[in-house]
Amino acid sequence: MTESAACTSERYGERDVVRFTGSLSLAQIGDLPNRLHDYEGKVDTIDLSGIERIDTVGAWLIHRFAAQHDAKIDGLDPDGTHLLDQVAAADQPVAIRPTPVGGIARVIGEVGDAVVLTANTLYGLLGFFGATMIAVWHIIIHPKRFRFNATIQRFEVVGVKALGIIGLMSFLIGIVIAQQGAVQLRQFGAEVYTINLLGRLTLRELGVLMTAIMVAGRSGSAFAAQLGTMKLTEEIDAMRTIGVSPMEALVLPRVMAVVIMMPLLGFYSALVGIVGGGLLCWISLGIPPVTFIQRLREVVPLTDLYVGLVKAPVFGAIIGMAGCYQGMLVEGDAEQVGQRTTSAVVQGIFLVIVLDAFFAVFFTYVGWI
Amino acid sequence: MSTRPPSETEDVIVVRGLRNSFGDQVVHDGLDLEVRRGEIYGVVGGSGTGKSVLMRSIIGLQKPQAGDIHVLGEPTIDRAETEMVDLSKRWGVLFQGGALFSTLTVAENVQVPLREFYKALPQSLLDEIAAYKVVMSGLPADAGPKYPSQLSGGMRKRAGLARALALDPEVLFLDEPTAGLDPIGAAAFDELIKSLQKTLGLTVFLITHDLDTLYAICDRVAVLADHKVIAVGTIDELLATDHPWIQEYFRGPRGRAANASVEHAAAKEIAGTES
Repeated sequence: MTESAACTSERYGERDVVRFTGSLSLAQIGDLPNRLHDYEGKVDTIDLSGIERIDTVGAWLIHRFAAQHDAKIDGLDPDGTHLLDQVAAADQPVAIRPTPVGGIARVIGEVGDAVVLTANTLYGLLGFFGATMIAVWHIIIHPKRFRFNATIQRFEVVGVKALGIIGLMSFLIGIVIAQQGAVQLRQFGAEVYTINLLGRLTLRELGVLMTAIMVAGRSGSAFAAQLGTMKLTEEIDAMRTIGVSPMEALVLPRVMAVVIMMPLLGFYSALVGIVGGGLLCWISLGIPPVTFIQRLREVVPLTDLYVGLVKAPVFGAIIGMAGCYQGMLVEGDAEQVGQRTTSAVVQGIFLVIVLDAFFAVFFTYVGWI
Repeated sequence: MSTRPPSETEDVIVVRGLRNSFGDQVVHDGLDLEVRRGEIYGVVGGSGTGKSVLMRSIIGLQKPQAGDIHVLGEPTIDRAETEMVDLSKRWGVLFQGGALFSTLTVAENVQVPLREFYKALPQSLLDEIAAYKVVMSGLPADAGPKYPSQLSGGMRKRAGLARALALDPEVLFLDEPTAGLDPIGAAAFDELIKSLQKTLGLTVFLITHDLDTLYAICDRVAVLADHKVIAVGTIDELLATDHPWIQEYFRGPRGRAANASVEHAAAKEIAGTES
């Protein structure tokens, strides 16, 4: 069987000889690297006639040891010599990882990178919005090029399949709002105002906002991952060379689907939320459904519904475009798909909330309060 | 050496009665092959004849419907990953696209198997090993700290080879190693494989379409067709058979060109020794 590698040093007259025995291979190397590293004293000749086997790791150690001590290598068969020559030829300084930058320079660099990245993303998103508008214009000029089937298919994925989860979420949110509102308003003996709170809040804000967050998580991420993977497998490049515009074939159906589905889902979400809150009012506050609905009609103006319905498609467009934009940005490796998908969701939700604030100011200004 | 069973000293890879199918599509049926220790074994076949599936079956990534596969005397079918550890120390695999870990640099990729199996190695030696493996596999020295996404396809392949060779394995599996390399790079690749086989006694299982590689380095070539290995032998032996596909493959315009270049080189060598 093979023996582990070992070395002994001897002195022949004026010459210091280090003799190696055993198998100079990775599996049998043991503590030889450390011993050679710490070896002190003169070496004139390295005698390898006693070794059983040598692999590249062994050859490397011998090569390094010989170079360090300026020693001659003896007793190696032609194959071994050939191997040693090959390893010696490969002796070049190679960095293992990129040189790290430390301290203040790194902090400043990272802040700078983040600023540039944010600016580039916003600029790119604006550009992507423009490209989508151009694609829409092309479709208006050539309506036959519209991908009807692809769009309808997206309707199902984005809209119909989201009904269950959005309904459940809205129902629970409705219950929570009514419950929390009732607890606070009871202190003033004004429990009946729970209905105002519930009706106005769900129709104006929560229905659309919660739907937008859910759609960003479900569909925005899916868009980014789908387009990103297609980008990696060069499917999108192939499309371009064939003459199919990815904007028309991939982006537009997706963005259209979210734009059209968002108002429907938002309205549905608001209704289910009201049902949930109404149920709580009935059970916990003793307000029967008939009274609840009557009161709802008195206190919730129709403009509240309009507010929700105006915001929804805009939010949808933002989510859809953020998802597709991030997907189209994927380059290089699979890890990017994950990063871009995260960015798509974060960006989508962030922009939706920022715009929501603008909308609130705007609607107050036009008198829809 | 004498304690080893003869099957291990003679045949490094033994496949018996392999059957693979996906749904109705049969890829292999009753496929037999054996690879001897220290040889470079080329596998050729038309597209879709299951060359890659064969390799995946041998290294245990693809569970065949039937058959028996032994590598270095150990079975590879139906074994838990933990049982395969000893075997995976002794082989290196180069996948078609390189299959590098994308979050690690090239040099760190090479260190992965070393770190996994030889935890006692000092970091400085690990770095040195990674460095010479990177250069040896034909990459420029500045490729070490680069991430796979920064490399070209050919460089990824070389980095994959550096990782496959990290443990100085006994058996090397190569899936189309020279596809996508420029002719100079491909020739250097052939040279590297040949010299490693010679100096380390490496056994190489090589899937290729590259006729130059077949002529230059393969000791034996197996031809995959009709769900099995229809012929095995040196290229001269294969040329002597009258199977139409083999004739077409080696006697086609590309085959003739590769053959001519080998004969030319041989003639030059003879002329060189005489003068």
